[in-house]
Amino acid sequence: MPAEWAVEADGLVKVFRGKREVRALDGVDLRVKPGTVLGLLGPNGAGKTTAVRILSTILSPDGGRGAVLGHDVVREADTVRRLIGLAGQYATVDENLTGRENIRMVGRLTHLPKKLVMERADQLLAQFDLTEAGNRPLKTYSGGMRRRLDLAAALVGRPPVLFLDEPTTGLDPQSRQGLWAVIEELVRAGTTVLLTTQYLEEADRLADRIVVIDHGRVIAEGTPADLKADLGTTVISVTFVDPDAARSAAGRLQSLGTKEPVLDGSTVDLTVEEGPKVAAEVLRTLDQAGVTVAGLALREPSLDDVFLSLTGHRAEVDEDQEGEDDGKVPAGAGAGANGKAGSGRAGKGSR
Amino acid sequence: MTAGTFEAAAPAALTPNAGGAEVASGGRLRWGFTDAVTVTWRNLVAYTRIPDAIFFSSIQPIMFVLLFRYVFGGAIQIPGTTYVNYLIAGVYVQTVMFGCVSTSVGLADDLHKGLIERFRALPMARSAVLAGRTTADALRNVLVLVIITAVGYLVGFRVQTNFGLFLCGLLLVLFFAYALGWAFAIIGLSASNSESAQLAAFPLLFPLTFASSAFVTTASMPGWLQAFAKNQPVSQVVDACRQLMLGNSPTHVWTPNSIWISLLWAVGILAVFAPLAVWRYRKVS
Repeated sequence: MPAEWAVEADGLVKVFRGKREVRALDGVDLRVKPGTVLGLLGPNGAGKTTAVRILSTILSPDGGRGAVLGHDVVREADTVRRLIGLAGQYATVDENLTGRENIRMVGRLTHLPKKLVMERADQLLAQFDLTEAGNRPLKTYSGGMRRRLDLAAALVGRPPVLFLDEPTTGLDPQSRQGLWAVIEELVRAGTTVLLTTQYLEEADRLADRIVVIDHGRVIAEGTPADLKADLGTTVISVTFVDPDAARSAAGRLQSLGTKEPVLDGSTVDLTVEEGPKVAAEVLRTLDQAGVTVAGLALREPSLDDVFLSLTGHRAEVDEDQEGEDDGKVPAGAGAGANGKAGSGRAGKGSR
Repeated sequence: MTAGTFEAAAPAALTPNAGGAEVASGGRLRWGFTDAVTVTWRNLVAYTRIPDAIFFSSIQPIMFVLLFRYVFGGAIQIPGTTYVNYLIAGVYVQTVMFGCVSTSVGLADDLHKGLIERFRALPMARSAVLAGRTTADALRNVLVLVIITAVGYLVGFRVQTNFGLFLCGLLLVLFFAYALGWAFAIIGLSASNSESAQLAAFPLLFPLTFASSAFVTTASMPGWLQAFAKNQPVSQVVDACRQLMLGNSPTHVWTPNSIWISLLWAVGILAVFAPLAVWRYRKVS
């Protein structure tokens, strides 16, 4: 009997008891249709990794239930493990083994026949452009190569369901594009993907549906288009000489945006439908009122904007909770969680 | 690096299967065994990739043999045998005991670098990570014991019984170290990183190794210490090893009983700590 949902979570709860109690997940529901991509979007410490760890049988929930292709992740954990592949932000591959040995090890531990593992390792290395590097120890790999190898190893059993935990965090734009292309390829071939990310851009590119979580709760859900429509399509960011000027200007700009203007120091963020047109109007309005504008920028909505608009607070990193949630950060994990390379828009704390 | 140049066509490797259809058949027991073999292989390959670690772990026992033989050896009199004959069993046991630290450190490393996390999402046997680590360390001990024996022979160590009993002595040492490895696995799984695993392991090792009959007779120790030193497992294993390699002590510095007592210790340690280690492994996240 084919399951209706490839991945299903009902009221998942996970509480970490440390120095202080952290409800990493506080009743999360998720549904992923077979053959589609669900993007789980949220800042560090939101509970994304915890959700993936529970659904991939690494962690047991304190409440609620999870299932993969109809199999309970707790009671039928071994069945689930045969159906899933897991690749992560912190590429969990063995430093001392070569790329080929890493894939073979995962293949053997997935209980594939030896001969098949050998063939599959060669195919995957070729597919991920790692054939040349395949016989070198991982110590010599770059961050992007490690991430690709990690994904290749996760695919050795050709799993119908793939969990990708922040697959491109800390990667350079070129490596990121490359990984996106492979993920799209996998989905075209019929793989179901649950992907966590901090980047709206990534979710927008890959996901059929997006679930936004914050502090262990689902705060929004829909297609990327739905979410962006909710947000308006552009943010106009106007900077003034001082906070007082910004405050008075915010009142005047109220009628131009689709939402309340957001005041942050001497900057006002205005969410609008048609950026360039409204920008001209903003300048005209402020000019007439005699307010001096120090700077003006147009940008696509970022994760920050999603959060601001959904929760009223910025997507701040809660250090303690991040530690609980994302667990171990190995030395040399590359640029780290906040190191969004390249043309980042969602840069936290950049303003 | 040429990221982003993935081939366009979707080959078979990227096509998902119906779910477990390719998985080879086999029962729980079979997979428990082959998974442990796979992890053992992985650990041994990793050892060969760090040749300096192998080099330095072989240097240490050689130093112990030479130092004790030539520096302390002249000052220590063992009634009824030469000091070098007495010493080698002690170095065997001391070296494999210190080798247990690498069991703790290796597991702590795997845990904190996220490798165990990946293992936990695979359909592999839960015991395989621990069995693979302890088995790999036992195989490495074989190499170390051979080196000690060779150096020992060069400086005057001679087996007094026969080759069969000598091998039994080595096997006993290996088995004891294997059992103890499971106890040190728990330290590795409980430590917050590999450095603290190492720091936690050594304070346990020093009293066990040195307050024993490994390098001197317990008779030379104060009474309160003798009570501990005589009865603790390390002394029993070292004395059993001497009994097997050197035969009866004419002055009863060691006795044949040690063979059975040390075997019981090893079996007991394994019976207690192996289940505890597996339990601990299931608990860590």
